[in-house]
Amino acid sequence: MMKTFKQLALGLVAVLALAGNVAHAASEGIAWDKAPNKTNDLGALQNGAKLFVNYCLNCHSAAFMRYNRLQDIGLTEQQIKDNLLFASDKVGEAMKVAMDPKQAKEWFGGNPPDLTLVARSRAGAGGAGADYLYTFLRSYYRDETTATGWNNLAFPNVGMPHVLWEMSGERKPLFDEKEERGHKVQVFKGWQQVTPGTMSPLQYDQAMADLVGYMQWMGEPAQNTRVRVGVWVLLFLLMFTFIAWRLNASFWKDIK
Amino acid sequence: MAEFKEISPDAPAATRLMNWVDNRFPASKLFKEHMSEYYAPKNFNFWYVFGSLALLVLVIQIVTGIFLTMHYKPDAALAFGSVEYIMRDVPWGWLIRYMHSTGASAFFVVVYLHMFRGLIYGSYRKPRELIWIFGCAIFLALMAEAFMGYLLPWGQMSYWGAQVIVNLFAAIPFIGPDLALLIRGDYVVGDATLNRFFAFHVIAVPLVLLGLVVAHIIALHEVGSNNPDGVEIKKHKDASGKPLDGIPFHPYYTVHDIFAVSVFLMIFSAIIFFAPEAGGYFLEYNNFIPADPLKTPLHIAPVWYFTPYYSMLRAITSQMMYALIACVLLGAVLGVLKAKIAGLFKAIIVGAAVVLVAAMLMIDAKFWGVVVMGGAVIILFFLPWLDNSEVKSIRYRPDWHKYMYAIFVLNFVVLGYLGIKPPSLINERVSQIGTLFYFGFFLLMPWWSRLGTFKTPPDRVTFAAH
Repeated sequence: MMKTFKQLALGLVAVLALAGNVAHAASEGIAWDKAPNKTNDLGALQNGAKLFVNYCLNCHSAAFMRYNRLQDIGLTEQQIKDNLLFASDKVGEAMKVAMDPKQAKEWFGGNPPDLTLVARSRAGAGGAGADYLYTFLRSYYRDETTATGWNNLAFPNVGMPHVLWEMSGERKPLFDEKEERGHKVQVFKGWQQVTPGTMSPLQYDQAMADLVGYMQWMGEPAQNTRVRVGVWVLLFLLMFTFIAWRLNASFWKDIK
Repeated sequence: MAEFKEISPDAPAATRLMNWVDNRFPASKLFKEHMSEYYAPKNFNFWYVFGSLALLVLVIQIVTGIFLTMHYKPDAALAFGSVEYIMRDVPWGWLIRYMHSTGASAFFVVVYLHMFRGLIYGSYRKPRELIWIFGCAIFLALMAEAFMGYLLPWGQMSYWGAQVIVNLFAAIPFIGPDLALLIRGDYVVGDATLNRFFAFHVIAVPLVLLGLVVAHIIALHEVGSNNPDGVEIKKHKDASGKPLDGIPFHPYYTVHDIFAVSVFLMIFSAIIFFAPEAGGYFLEYNNFIPADPLKTPLHIAPVWYFTPYYSMLRAITSQMMYALIACVLLGAVLGVLKAKIAGLFKAIIVGAAVVLVAAMLMIDAKFWGVVVMGGAVIILFFLPWLDNSEVKSIRYRPDWHKYMYAIFVLNFVVLGYLGIKPPSLINERVSQIGTLFYFGFFLLMPWWSRLGTFKTPPDRVTFAAH
C-alpha cells in the first residue's frame, strides 16, 4: 500500500514540476533580467514615485492608487502636495491621467494602459512582473520603421516611445548569428551605447530599479505588511500546533 | 417527546440553566448524539481529516464572503475597482480578500482529497450510498459556486472564462442559444451577467450548499463512518450497545481534528501571507487587468481545479467522435453477445445504440464535449452501483487494483496539467487517451472491480495504539 502511494506521489511530483514552468504561455521578446527588490527601501520607493509621477503619469493613469497612500513610503501629506501632485489638487484623489483618451488613440494607436497593477499582471513564465518592467524600461532602441521611431526588445513594436531617452541616451542592441535546426537565427547579445544620456548606464539601471520598485509596491501596497504579519501568524500557529499535538497525544493514550 | 424534568433548586446555576434549556430544546441530546456519544471507528488515519477541514474552509468562505460583500460592488463599471479598493483602502481588506481567494483553491484541495479517501476505502458502498450522493451534489454546487465567484473580480480571465463556459451551453441542440442568453441575461457577458452571478454566488448556491452539507452529515451520523479497513464496527457491540471498536467523536476526534486544523492553517496561512497568487495558479496574472470585451486574451484557461474537466472538453474533437462511436458500437455488440437478458432488451440495446450513433454523427462535436465534461462529474454519482468488488477497502483488494487507482489519480493530474497548457496536437492526443481512461475506469468498473484475488478483511478493525 505505502509503496503504491510512494509511486503515486513521485508521479505527481514529476507532473507538478513540469507544470511549474508552463502555467502561462511564453511571452515574446527577450529573456527578462531579474529586478532588484526595492519594496523595503523607502528612499528608492520615493525616488521611484518621483520618476513615476513625472514621466509615467502624463499618459498612464494609476486609477486605483491614491496620492495620500504615498504616506506609507515615508512622505508627509505636505510633501506629496508640494512635489507630486500635478494632475490633481486633492491628496485623497486617485492618480488619474490628464490626457484625453481620444487624443491618446490618435498619438499612440491605443489608450496607454493603467499602471496600478502592471507589476502584477505582467508576471508570467519569464519571471515576476517587476522583472518584465525592469527589462522593458532598459530595452528601447532606435527603429525608423515604427511610428514613434522607437522599438523595444522586450515588447516588439510597442506603441510607447522611449520617454526616458534623455536619461538613458540612445543604445543599440547587438546580435550574434547562430544556427538552430538548420536556420540562421539572431540571438541577442548585449547593448552598445550610441549617444550618452544624462545618466551613466549604471545610474540609469538604478533609476529604473527604483521606478520598478515603486510600481511593484504600488501593485500591492500591503505586501510588506502582509509578510510581516505572516511571520507572526506562523509563529503563533507553530506554537498552537505543538500544543494541539500534545493535547491529541494525551487524549489518545487511553485508546488501546 | 421528553418528559419535563425538575431538578433541585439547590443545583448549581449552570446545571439549572442547562436543564431549563433541555426542557425546551434538545441541546444536550443533540450534543450527545452527534458528538460525545457518536461512536466513530478508532482506526481513522490521515485521510479522515479532510471532511472536517472542508467544513472549516466552508465557514472561512462564508465569513470572509460576508465581509467582502460589504465593500464589493456588483456593477461592471465598478467591480474591478471595488476589489482594488478592498485590497488597498479597506483596513485588513487584503487579508479578507486573500483568505477568500486562497480559500476557494483550498476548498477544492481538501474536497478532492476527501473524495479520494471515499474512493480508496469504499466509503460510498452500502449502506452509505446517500452520503456519497449528497457529497457529489456538494461537489457540483461547489463547482457552480466557484465558477460564478470567479466572474466577480471582473478581470480579463474572469470575463473571458465566463464567456467561454457560457458559450458552451449554446452548443446544446435546439435550446442552446436561448439557454446561453438566459444564463448571461445579455448577448455577451456583461453587467446583467455579473449581477445574476453575484446573486447566485452570495445567496442561492451557498443556501443549497449548506442544506446539502447538513444532509451529508445527518446521513453520515445515521449509518456511522466507514474506516480504512472497510469493516462495520457495529457488528461487535458491548453489553451497553456501544461498538467495541468505536470511540466517542468528542473528545477523541475533536482533539484529533484540532491538530489537523492547526497543521492545515499553517499551510493555508503560508500561502495567504507569502504567496497569495500561488505562482499564478490561485490568482491568475491576467486577472489583474480589468475585463475588456474588445480584447480577447491569447490564452484562456480556467483556474486549476477545473482544468481536468476542461481538458476532457477540449479532447472531444470531430476525430475523437469516431473513437467514441466505435466505443458505443463495441459496447452494444458486447451487450448483445454476452449479456444474459431477454431478446427484447437486446433489441432495445441495439436500438439505443443506433439512435445514439446517429445523434453523434449529426450533432457538432462541441456539444458532445459539453456532454463529456458534465458526464465526468455526473458519473461519480453512480459509483456505489458501479463498484462490484468483494471488499470495500483498497487494503484487501488485489494489488493490481491499487495500480488502477494510482493510474486514475495520475491520469486526473495529467488531464489537469494539459488543461492549463495551450492546445497542441500531442496534448490533444494525450488528453483524448486520458478521457477514454477516465470514463473506462468508471464504466468498466462493474467488471474489472470483480477480478483478481481478494484478501479477507479482518473481523475487527486493525489498530495500533499511538
